[in-house]
Amino acid sequence: MADISTFDDGQEAQFGDYIALLKPRVMSLVVFTAMVGLLVAPVPVHPFVAFTAILFIALGGGASGALNMWYDADIDAIMRRTRSRPVPSGRVSAGEALGLGLGLSGLSVMMLALAGNLFAGLFLAFTIFFYAVVYTIWLKRRTPQNIVIGGAAGAFPPMIGWAVATGGISLESLAMFAIVFLWTPPHFWSLALFMKEDYSNAGVPMLTVTHGRPATRRHILAYTLVLAPVALATAFTSIGGPLYLAVSLALNAVFISGALRILRRTEVQAEADSYRAEKRFFRFSLAYLFGHFTALLAEAALHSFNLGGW
Amino acid sequence: MAITRDHELHSRRFGRNLGLALALAVFVVLVFGLTIAKVGRGDKMQAFDHQPRTSLLPPEPVK
Repeated sequence: MADISTFDDGQEAQFGDYIALLKPRVMSLVVFTAMVGLLVAPVPVHPFVAFTAILFIALGGGASGALNMWYDADIDAIMRRTRSRPVPSGRVSAGEALGLGLGLSGLSVMMLALAGNLFAGLFLAFTIFFYAVVYTIWLKRRTPQNIVIGGAAGAFPPMIGWAVATGGISLESLAMFAIVFLWTPPHFWSLALFMKEDYSNAGVPMLTVTHGRPATRRHILAYTLVLAPVALATAFTSIGGPLYLAVSLALNAVFISGALRILRRTEVQAEADSYRAEKRFFRFSLAYLFGHFTALLAEAALHSFNLGGW
Repeated sequence: MAITRDHELHSRRFGRNLGLALALAVFVVLVFGLTIAKVGRGDKMQAFDHQPRTSLLPPEPVK
């Protein structure tokens, strides 16, 4: 007779846990902005090459997410929002997250260089380095400007998409970078306004913790005011046009009025209605970015019919 | 005695293996598709060392 013993602590990872390490929701933003960056570029790219390039840009973004989860497992375990992530919950070990992050980083950079060009591949490598090392390891726990600097990593994908098509950088790709870069702080700070406890418990120097909420409200308005002219000026580059300008005008008007509303509110008012204005601003910020990039895509589509542009 | 019933652990491992197999299959399809796309574009390349194929290049103007 033979006995079989198995060890099951109920913590063994499923395939979905490894997918969760790649932060699929962040990947969706990366896929969308990189796709727009690639499609609005003046150089046509073979559809399959474009598809593959976007896939590997997204995979690179996912790899940096896994590296982030490896390094931040200690603070993820404290925050309610991140407590159930694969590493702090014990389903995936930190070493596995590190291995997956490094492996997929190498694979995505190599494949993007082969599918697109060497410049695009190196740009992706720099982006992963920027997010994992400069943001996650170096600055996130040191400065309340962490969101501003981290925003740069999220703003690179449209530039990488553009680089896949053109092999370089231009005013247009820098404009797309600037939109995402300046959009990130108001987006995340509005989230931090109604998630304050989490960040302060974890000891992450969010602006709300270090400078207080009134200062955060002022910062949100300041960034929306800087963002608006940049977003509008993009209309007058080769990827913009009247349609984009109209969309941008409307979105910026709503965004600035939302930021003004947030500025005028006190904490008592915000708590009384469970941060309704802040939550609405946060949700609208997603529509703001999506709207701008969709308008750029629409301009590119019009260009192909000899319409659009100035 | 034969083991006839899978433990829940086995189904989780099967799910993981299946996911990995699918990911690898997708990767193979991507590399194959990329090859077809790049070769089908008709780049003036020789296959063995990826050097420009001079016989296909337009002749240089005679001075």
